[in-house]
Amino acid sequence: MTRTRKPYTRPLDLKHGQVDMAHGSGGRAMAQLIDELFARHLGNEYLGQGDDGAVLPAPGEGRLVMATDAHVVSPLFFPGGDIGCLSVHGTINDVAVMGAKPLYLAAAFILEEGLPLADLARVVQSMAAAAAAAGVPVVTGDTKVVERGKGDGIFIATTGVGVVPPGRELSGRRARPGDVVLVSGTLGDHGMAIMAERESLGFEGADGHSPILSDSAALHGLIEAMLASGAAIRVLRDPTRGGLATTLNEIARQSGVGILLQEKSLPVKPAVHAACELLGLDPLYVANEGKLVAICAENDAEKLLTAMRAHPLGQAAAIVGTVQADDHHFVQMTTAFGGLRIVDWLSGDQLPRIC
Amino acid sequence: MKYISEFRDGDLAQKIAAGIRGEADPARRYHFMEFCGGHTHAISRYGIVDLLPDNVRMIHGPGCPVCVLPIGRVDQAIRLALDAGVTLCTYGDCLRVPASDGLSLLKAKARGGDVRMVYSCMDAVTLAQKHPERQVVFFAIGFETTTPPTAVAIRQAAALGLKNFSVLCCHVLTPAAIVGILESPEARAGQIVLDGMVGPAHVSTIIGSQPYAFVPERYGKPVVIAGFEPLDVLQAIRLLIRQVNDGRAEIENEFTRAVTPAGNRKAQALVAEVFELRPEFEWRGLGSLPASALRIRDTFAEFDAEKRFPADYASVPDHKACECGAILRGVKRPQECKIFGTVCTPENPVGSCMVSSEGACAAHYTYGRYRDV
Repeated sequence: MTRTRKPYTRPLDLKHGQVDMAHGSGGRAMAQLIDELFARHLGNEYLGQGDDGAVLPAPGEGRLVMATDAHVVSPLFFPGGDIGCLSVHGTINDVAVMGAKPLYLAAAFILEEGLPLADLARVVQSMAAAAAAAGVPVVTGDTKVVERGKGDGIFIATTGVGVVPPGRELSGRRARPGDVVLVSGTLGDHGMAIMAERESLGFEGADGHSPILSDSAALHGLIEAMLASGAAIRVLRDPTRGGLATTLNEIARQSGVGILLQEKSLPVKPAVHAACELLGLDPLYVANEGKLVAICAENDAEKLLTAMRAHPLGQAAAIVGTVQADDHHFVQMTTAFGGLRIVDWLSGDQLPRIC
Repeated sequence: MKYISEFRDGDLAQKIAAGIRGEADPARRYHFMEFCGGHTHAISRYGIVDLLPDNVRMIHGPGCPVCVLPIGRVDQAIRLALDAGVTLCTYGDCLRVPASDGLSLLKAKARGGDVRMVYSCMDAVTLAQKHPERQVVFFAIGFETTTPPTAVAIRQAAALGLKNFSVLCCHVLTPAAIVGILESPEARAGQIVLDGMVGPAHVSTIIGSQPYAFVPERYGKPVVIAGFEPLDVLQAIRLLIRQVNDGRAEIENEFTRAVTPAGNRKAQALVAEVFELRPEFEWRGLGSLPASALRIRDTFAEFDAEKRFPADYASVPDHKACECGAILRGVKRPQECKIFGTVCTPENPVGSCMVSSEGACAAHYTYGRYRDV
């Protein structure tokens, strides 16, 4: 007589377990990791199809926008966020600044052998929460495991797809002399939050924690509100790595114009300003993960600013400069001191000065 | 921000600038050297040149720690990282200084050298404590400002009995460099006109204002010690113009909120305990200057990387087309160098002045090259 036992698989040990090579080998361990972690938290009807690719409904009219971003942040967890929510926000923002409504995300994970499963679970949960809050599901994914020492815990590459309605044209090539430059909020929060953690600088506020939080956020809601204002927006971009200075230099080159900033108008939190002073860094070059730069027609600047400030993610928005004709495509700044200077491309990493 | 924004007040700047325009004699020209890279940086970053009348010219001096570091010293550090296999720690800017064979410490890192950027030399001591199996070397560069912390690190390492921590000491001295400038062949031949000097800020908090007394006494030139904030620099320029107009040559201290005549005696005692004068030291641009740098005393010899590892110093000539030497001596301006902004850019620096944002070339390239077009 044979007795059929009820099928049983010992669940993943999310408390003490670690990622091992088996989790990337395509066998049962991988299937279990997908079921118990990825599908459980990120699950939706498309991811649930379980095929090699997700089959999605064709969007209606409009053009497709696709963007991809690889995330390699160290440390994985930092004040104000973690690599999980960052990988969702970053790609949603890249799609949204093209004027598109973000629809779907794909995510590829490269995990390092030995990564605590608890950390992975925390990251996946954070991703799931960010995707749910943004209303943009992760519809397909992939997992690979690399040997210990060949990764940095977790790398996450995400790809996003969205649709731009007909007639909406946003591009870094469209800035023209006379246009106005706006930013949606304070500069440098994400970069300084990371740096304070990474270098164990031990910045402490009155509550004993670092007062500098990452601004990681999805901006498509703010962008919809800005577009709904009717302002003639020419360019939107999120000033991530390299900060505002780098983004403006990119736009100046693409559009073949110069840009003049007003230092007095740049919003920077006092704590970020202080940390930058201490380290000899310039907040203009420090990364943001929840801010955008907008360039719009001069006459619409106030209208756009009002729309931005009415949105929770744009409360500290400000007009910071103007686009001007310049064959050299310089980004320049009138300093608070009354002089003029170039705001140049960054050469390599921003390194602290010595003296 | 308290104690910062007060010294960056644009309205006050306009007032001082108006004062300068009023006091500068239109019939003469004023040539002032700001010794420190910190001043060079402030002048460029805040656009101070735009606030000065045309007949007041600022000449950038050699007070940028990485600019005056000769190639041979960086080579020494690179050999320690690549050949001796040590963990080499140093301050940020230093990583990009071009050395022999197209290398820099950053490139040595890419070749597998264990090169780390630290914010404080104490981080290097901590690293040595954490990794007793690694030899950790701190590549110590800088003027008198960065010297006391290195002294503390060495004393701390001695107190902890660390056997795997040492220092490649390249600390240099400001007054000796000023002599180097004032005694350069071009200065003796009257090829550089220098009417006065904006004296160091942070360096002077350590050594005080007294050590510059020889400048007015022996060379008849005024020195105004100034802080690194833009208002400090403007005010110092105004005080220098007054001295020149009055025919005076004195030490004046604009930076009284931090600098006293005698300086920080505790720090000086620390430095004297750990370091002693080198008979001579090679500087980039200024050549070999007598008694211009420090080495580690025999009492602390076990923490001297030059004694612990076979890393003899060999002098290496600068790139032929590079004018860093003349620029550091105040003889040439960055834009007068043939390779400025073409072959030599902050992305691919040929000379050391293009590396740090305190360097004359990098500061002009990064903040001011729109003036050349």
